[in-house]
This record gives sequence, structure tokens and C-alpha cells, in this order.
Amino acid sequence: MTERNAIEARNVVKAFGQGDSAVRALDDVSVEIREGEFFTLLGPSGCGKTTLLRLIAGFEMPTEGVILLDGQDITYLPPNRRPVNTVFQSYALFPHLTVAQNIAFGLEMQGKPAAEVRARTDEMLALVKLETMANRKTSQLSGGQQQRVALARALAPQPKVLLLDEPLSALDLKLRQAMQIELKRLQVETGITFVFVTHDQEEALTMSDRIGVMSNGKLQQVGTAKEIYTRPKNRFVASFIGETNFLTAEAEGGKVRLGSGDVVNFDAPAKGTVTLTVRPEQLRLGPADEAGAIAATISNLVYFGTDTHVHLELADKTELVARVQSPATGDAGFERGGKVGLRFAPGALQIVGD
Amino acid sequence: MSPAEEAQIKQSARNGWLLSLPAIVVLTIAASGPLLIILLYSFLEGGTHGNVVWSFSTEGWSSILWTKDIFTDSYVWADAHLAIFWRSVKLSLMTTLITFVVGFPTAWFIATRPPKARAFWLFLITIPFWTNLLIRTYAINEVIRVEGVLNLALMQLGIIAEPLRLIYTDTAIFIGMAYVYLPLMVLPLFAAIDRFDMRLLEASYDLYASRWHILRKVILPIVKPGIIAGSILVFVPSLGAYVTPRVLGGGKQMMIGNLIELQFGQGKNWPLGAALSLTLLLIVTVALLYYVRVANGEKKHG
Repeated sequence: MTERNAIEARNVVKAFGQGDSAVRALDDVSVEIREGEFFTLLGPSGCGKTTLLRLIAGFEMPTEGVILLDGQDITYLPPNRRPVNTVFQSYALFPHLTVAQNIAFGLEMQGKPAAEVRARTDEMLALVKLETMANRKTSQLSGGQQQRVALARALAPQPKVLLLDEPLSALDLKLRQAMQIELKRLQVETGITFVFVTHDQEEALTMSDRIGVMSNGKLQQVGTAKEIYTRPKNRFVASFIGETNFLTAEAEGGKVRLGSGDVVNFDAPAKGTVTLTVRPEQLRLGPADEAGAIAATISNLVYFGTDTHVHLELADKTELVARVQSPATGDAGFERGGKVGLRFAPGALQIVGD
Repeated sequence: MSPAEEAQIKQSARNGWLLSLPAIVVLTIAASGPLLIILLYSFLEGGTHGNVVWSFSTEGWSSILWTKDIFTDSYVWADAHLAIFWRSVKLSLMTTLITFVVGFPTAWFIATRPPKARAFWLFLITIPFWTNLLIRTYAINEVIRVEGVLNLALMQLGIIAEPLRLIYTDTAIFIGMAYVYLPLMVLPLFAAIDRFDMRLLEASYDLYASRWHILRKVILPIVKPGIIAGSILVFVPSLGAYVTPRVLGGGKQMMIGNLIELQFGQGKNWPLGAALSLTLLLIVTVALLYYVRVANGEKKHG
């Protein structure tokens, strides 16, 4: 990975429709995607992530703003003149061509000599381990194999950037996990910049070098998986990625006072009301009479195998969920209605914006 | 499986065959029967006032290509017949081609409309079928005849000084057939394009294909079954067309259908008429076999 930008979007706006009824699918989005990185656009459906991908591919033109590829303005360049290829959600394989012909399509359209097309196609078949399927019709392949053909077809012309539009959503869980590893391997082996669109946070966390979280046509936060998980910028990012608890508190110089009246040491940057977030696995439960702990009542227990979710209620009815690792016996020793003392792991509390 | 069960399966298979018996009988009588009669007539001697005389003769077949000169008693090439065959094949091919060229964009347009609008456009395509073919053909006659709507309009606009002599020419027959058979091309093309996955267009465009390449390498190969069906539906009836060349060709510019009618009517030469009918059937069969082979030719697609 270098510090050069493969893709740069500057103040991109994409509006669908006219006048008052126009919908802003993208609302002033700026993002820099570095050369050779695995970048994921993560967000719920309708957040604009696919629209941004389609702008980079050239299927749509932005209403405002510019898109650069390797520093060159490609905003209005048609898709067939951009060194960018797409793996479609539906795969969109050519039904009248064989696996090998599908992979060779882009190279042939580029007018590459026949020998080069053949060599490159064979290379791609080997890369996605489909050598034995070269002469099959794509309709004779399983979902996972079709997925690999779509990947090979898009990678064959050696694009500068590969765009992937929720390519794993049609696969079952086992296959999806295998393909996640496969995708990451292909990205590392080819060194091509991948821009991956998904609504699945697990996919985003496991594969990406960096993640851009989107919502309502805006880019909410860009960062590595760890940055986004441990230091979410706002309420949306905190709740969309992983599970979390929110607490409203009054900041008062080095301390915050929770709604329940309990005071916790926390260095808030400003005085006044703040929203705090804390991940369920960062809550520590101890005896109810422990000094300095927050008194809480267990309202529910949910057993998940590897851990148990302990639903807690504070004095002011604020609800929190703690995740406690299950001991070997399976019984964490908690009881519904029981009293516990609650502490936050050091550094676990974060202030989030709204 | 027990023997009893096996016997039952065999019994039901036999019953299934029995159920298709009515269809087999109808097909044998309705399809093969008339054909056999025509085959028989083509090898008989013609009667003086039509009909046939029951004695074997190959005169019917030979007179397709040669005519007996009544003065010198020698055989000469039947130029008129050959000209009619050539005109029939040429006009049918041209009709197939023009209906494809006009029909493809039409079918594409309809298939890419929203579902509700699509039903409306398809409905428009079927409107010509509500009127009798003869009346539609006379309507074309009315448009293109010397003092017809077309000539009047063109002369009024000052585009031409003299009326175009379209009527009773090959061009008139061509215009008429293209008009009559166009829906038969549009409908199967629409059915094929309707099934076409439009997302493939983006995939091709993304993979560096130009618009021309997308049409040639992706759209046309995938909608090929529709093209084959449409071409057959237009070419076969064009080749045997009777009403259109009769009304727009004015009896002088004949096609095979008119020639056959002539032999059974005024010509009073039933064996020749029968032989010509079979020749038409042969041309159609050969043309279809050739066409389907060429269409599926280069690569075998499953």
C-alpha cells in the first residue's frame, strides 16, 4: 500500500429526480481511496454506497463534484474507457459464453492479441481455481463458482481499481466466509485496489484495510476496522458496527455524572450534557457491595454459548447490556433479579456525537 | 419395486400413448393426407378442362423447367417460371431483412418500457390483425397507386413532379409484404428481448465493449432464438404469399403462390400446379434447414 490515491471523490453530490422531489443519494461526499488498499463502503441499504460505486464505475454521472482516478479527472468518462472493472451483485455473467469466454471478454474488447488473451485467461482460471471448468456454461456452475468467474472476468483486464457490489450476499454463510478469505487473498496477490460495498459489518471488519461508513447519503466516518469499532465518531457509527450501550451524562471537569446519579471518572473535553457509548464486552460485573461500583439489577440473561448477555438496569431505569464470557461450566453465576456492581474497563467510555 | 407396481407403470405408459392417439390420427389425416394427394396428382396427366387423367406422367414436373414449343415440338427453358421463383425468393428474403431491421428497434423499444406501457404498445402491434388481410392490402394499394395518397402528398409538397409508378411493381409487393408481416417479426423478437437481462449491458460496457460490440457480441447472440423464430414466421408465409402480389403486383408480377393458383384455375394444368406446390415446400424446407444450420453454425450453444 502506498500513500498515493487510486480514487478520489471531491464534494460529490448525486441527486435523482428534479426540483423539490429530488432525492440526494449522495450528499457532499469526499473520500480518498489509497492505491492497493482494500476499502469497504459500509452502510444500510439506501445509504448511497452503491450509488458512489456506480459513479466510480461510470454508470452514473454526479450532479456535482469530481471523481479522480490516479489524479486524472474521470468524472464524465464512459465505463468502457475507465481502467476500472466491476463485480456485480447478480454476477451478470454472459449466459451464451463459456467460463473461459466470459473471462476473455474484457481482454478481447480491449483488442489484445489472441495469444495474450489465451495466456491471461488461463492465468485467471488458475487464480480462481476453475481450470477444469473452462469450457462449461456459466449456468452449469454453483453460486460460489459463478462468483469466482465474475471475479476472474473483472480482474483479467488488470484494472487499476476493482469495484465489488455486495458480491457475497447471494452465498450461504459457510461459502461466504470462505469467499471472504479468498477475496482478501486475491487482493493481496494482485495488489489491485479493491472498493467493496456491503451492508454486512462482519464482512467489512474482517477484510478491509479501511472502512467508510455511510448513512443517508453522507460519509459518516473513515478509518481502519479498529478505529471505527473503538472510536466511533457518532451515534450511527457506534450502533451500526457491533453492539453498544448509550448513556446520557453530565460532564463536570474530569468526571461525568450518569442519569442514575453515579459519578464516573472520565475526562470530557467540555462541560454539559454528553452521550457516552460503551461496548457490552467492556462492562465488568462484580459483587453488589464493591466500593466505587455502580449498583445495577439484572433484568434478563441470554445465553449465547461463547458468552452470556446480561441485561442490566441502573437506579434510574437506564438499560445496559454486558457481555460476559461463559465459564467452562456454562453457568456465569448470575441470577435474574440479582444485584451486581458495575464498572467500565479503562478507556472503554467514548463520547459520541449525534 | 414389486411386479404389480411395475405392471401398473407399464399399463399407465400404454394408456398415455392411447391418449395421444387422437392427435396422431388428426395429424396423419390433416397433414399427410393432402400432401399425398398433391404428390399423386403431380405424377398424373392433366385433363383438358382441369382435373387429372389417371395415367402416370412426369410432364407436371418437367414443365416446371421446360415448356414444349407447340410449333417446333422442342423443349425450351421456362423462363417465366424461373423469373417467378427468383422474384419469390428475392422478395421474401428482402421482406425478412427489412422486417428485422425495422422490427428489432421496435421490439427493443417495447421491451424496455415500464410493464404497463408495454401492454399498451403490444396491443398496438396486434391492431392490424383485426382487419382482413385483403382489406389491408387494398389499403396499401390506395396509398401507393398512381393517384394515391402518397403520390398526391409528395406532389403537393413539391418533392416530385411526376407521380411515382410504384403500384404493380416488385417494390409495391415488397412494401405490402413488409407491412403485413412486420408484427410476426416484432412479437417473437419482443419475447426474446423481454427475457434479456439488461444488467448484461452494464457488464459489457464495464468490460470495455463499445455500443456496436455490445449489440453484436452480447445482445444479438442472446436474443438469437427470437431472431430465428421471427425470420421463419416472416420468410415462410412470404414465400407462399398470394394476396399481396395479386393485389399489389397486379397479376403481372407473380409470385409462386399466384403461379400455383393459375395452374389450378385458368391454366387448367393440375399436375403442374401440384408439382409447383411441392417445389415451394421443398424450397421452404431447404431454406429453413440451411438457415437454422447457419444460425446455430459457428458454435454449438446448449
